[in-house]
Amino acid sequence: MSLAQPAGVTTTRRSFAGGIHPPSSKQLARDQPIEVVPTPKLVRVPLLQHVGALCEPVVKSRDEVLVGDLVGKSEAPVSAFVHASISGKVAKESAATLPNGRRVPTVPIKAGDEQLEGQELFDDIYGGEWPTLRLDLPTADLILQSVRDAGLVGMGGAAFPTHIKLALNPDRPIDTLVVNGCECEPYLTADYRLMLEAPRPIITGALLAASAVDARRIVIGVEDDKRQAAEALSTAAEATGIEVRVVKTKYPQGSERQLVPMLTGNNVPANGLPLDVGVVVVNVATAAAIARAVLRGKPMTHRIVTVTGRGVETPKNLLAPIGISYGELIEAAGGLSSDAARILAGGPMMGFTLGDLDTPVTKGTSGITALTRDDLQQIEETSCIRCGLCADACPLNLVPTRIALAARKGAWSLAERYHIHACMECGCCAYQCPAQIPLVQLIRMGKAHLAGA
Amino acid sequence: MAAAPNKPPTVAQKDAPMERGLQVAPGPHLSSTGLTTRRLMLDVVLALVPVFAMAFYLFRWFAVLQVGICVVSCMVVDAITSLWRGSRPSLHDASAIVTGVILGLSLPWSAPWYVGVVASVVAIGFGKAVFGGLGQNIFNPAMVGRAFVMISFASSLGATAYVRPEASLEILTQATPLTAAKELSGSIPELWALFVGNSNGSLGETSVLACLVGGLYLCLRRSAVWQIPVSLLVSAAVVAGIANLLMPETPLTVLGHLTSGALVFSAFFIATDPVSSPLNTRGQVIFGAGIGALVVVIRLFSNYPEGVVFAVLLMNAVVPLINRVTIPEPLGGLPADA
Repeated sequence: MSLAQPAGVTTTRRSFAGGIHPPSSKQLARDQPIEVVPTPKLVRVPLLQHVGALCEPVVKSRDEVLVGDLVGKSEAPVSAFVHASISGKVAKESAATLPNGRRVPTVPIKAGDEQLEGQELFDDIYGGEWPTLRLDLPTADLILQSVRDAGLVGMGGAAFPTHIKLALNPDRPIDTLVVNGCECEPYLTADYRLMLEAPRPIITGALLAASAVDARRIVIGVEDDKRQAAEALSTAAEATGIEVRVVKTKYPQGSERQLVPMLTGNNVPANGLPLDVGVVVVNVATAAAIARAVLRGKPMTHRIVTVTGRGVETPKNLLAPIGISYGELIEAAGGLSSDAARILAGGPMMGFTLGDLDTPVTKGTSGITALTRDDLQQIEETSCIRCGLCADACPLNLVPTRIALAARKGAWSLAERYHIHACMECGCCAYQCPAQIPLVQLIRMGKAHLAGA
Repeated sequence: MAAAPNKPPTVAQKDAPMERGLQVAPGPHLSSTGLTTRRLMLDVVLALVPVFAMAFYLFRWFAVLQVGICVVSCMVVDAITSLWRGSRPSLHDASAIVTGVILGLSLPWSAPWYVGVVASVVAIGFGKAVFGGLGQNIFNPAMVGRAFVMISFASSLGATAYVRPEASLEILTQATPLTAAKELSGSIPELWALFVGNSNGSLGETSVLACLVGGLYLCLRRSAVWQIPVSLLVSAAVVAGIANLLMPETPLTVLGHLTSGALVFSAFFIATDPVSSPLNTRGQVIFGAGIGALVVVIRLFSNYPEGVVFAVLLMNAVVPLINRVTIPEPLGGLPADA
């Protein structure tokens, strides 16, 4: 691989068709430096935090574990190991309901006396030297092995196991590694803070990932409301040949199907993957985790979670152990305000509402957003007037009203004719709909029915 | 559930999120503020203000009366038919007002009061309610009502209905431009007069300028798609141009076609009705182009001087078909085997 192009921030003027401009509300937390949450008394590490198979616990009740010890594994082709996120004693297995509605077993760990805290913990994860120029690149196999052992999954939200993404496929050569620093979801600022405060591990991780997939080119995409982050990355990437590209701020710019064409000029096929056009996309936080896994042998035990919204007292970006409860993170952000009405795992566009504050945080939890009654408009649904605003907003060029209303009526073949399966549920259509039709919900329902049929 | 005002509840009560009133609901959890069906409809009403102002200037209280009769009738019929269907009256969405205003503006000043009432009953009752109310109708309700009275009350809406020999405003003593063109009698006003609206015609159709001002507002507010009026006008111009080349004896030039009759009014206010027009851009262009071409063809070859009503209704009828053949390909395309 040769990475000889000059570094520096370049700006992409054009943008993708469709999409929306919701109020970003990122100002609530964007200037809050990453803060390390004190080790909780108990974490519950879910045995399924990713796309794929459930892990089997490899520890039993009363075992002593150290932070980073393997607690669950699976040999299934698609899965990701889980590790102890604090040191302590394993308690009896219990189940937790994740925000997506799945009930999964967890490995609870009661904290022992010895823990890394505060700045020490931050430095352990993101501090120290991260080589970018004189980086001894391990073989692709070694990188993959480290990533797999570390239980890495995509930290942008989808939680797809990273080692599968990085596995070389001789039939599908990779040309470009795209590092996704768009963070287009309103409110969330975890990736922004990471890019600003710890750009070097992201760069190192990107170099390692590109080496694993044999990519010739590395491009980091950052939205233009996060220029400072782009500049920090560009400085860290100096002389590495990594391009930092600033793209237009528009939701859902961070979606692969929107970002890949902006950075490479190639559209991802509607029912394919970036792989089909020679691209692998990793989120910035995942890139940093790759660096830590490969160079330091450290598994994914912590992540940055933005706790934000007008429904929390002091919005923050918190570095927290996996398995800590949502409630404790909200407490760490000053607790809920009196008018908090809806708590979301993630941001307002694609996040799920939380019914139980004991829910444990997973590797894919990028934020907690507490919305107030004022944030939520409760307008009654009215008839579709076929205005087509949903079709204009759809970044995938679908006709959401047709799909949704077909699903409501049970007209499954009509829903398929309008490409229901291409929908990624980004929510632009429902955001825009003047009749307040729950388009995304209807489309999800339709997909679920078709999957079961 | 009401928390003490000075003491915000904390997560200590976390075992009972429901009791705190935390909602569980499907996403997305944001929606664009203020963008509602009602706003879209009221935008159309607002955009019609310049058109109405011109009608008032030319026809005085006849304009107020005619539009008033139609608006009130449409609202009453909408309320009655909604109740009859067992749903709540949907007057709040303002769609009946839009139908009423457009219907009123499409009538001649002289039409007797019952013409407006009958047109409204047919527009809302048969144009909209029988299909299931707002959003369900195939045809533009106002055009259904207009077509019905046009045929039923031929004398009240015919060419002579527009002319008033004793009128103080000179233009009202003359035939409408399209009638003049059809019958090759009288004089067609100058283009400038047609453009600003100094000519005879139905209440809202005389001034191209007023329609452009209102229409531009609608398009800039994105309350109407610009593709429909643009494709409609371009197509009308092209067909009129071809007609002029093939039949040099026709009295109307391309600009004459564009500035007379209800062409521009229909381009911005009738064809853009979201319910009865196609969903995606490609379809909207086909739809607009179809209306534009049909209007000119009807003007040239039918017994009617104007073709907007039938052109819109005909194209409305093929909208489901247009929608079907213009299903857009998802971004990135589908592989051949899908």
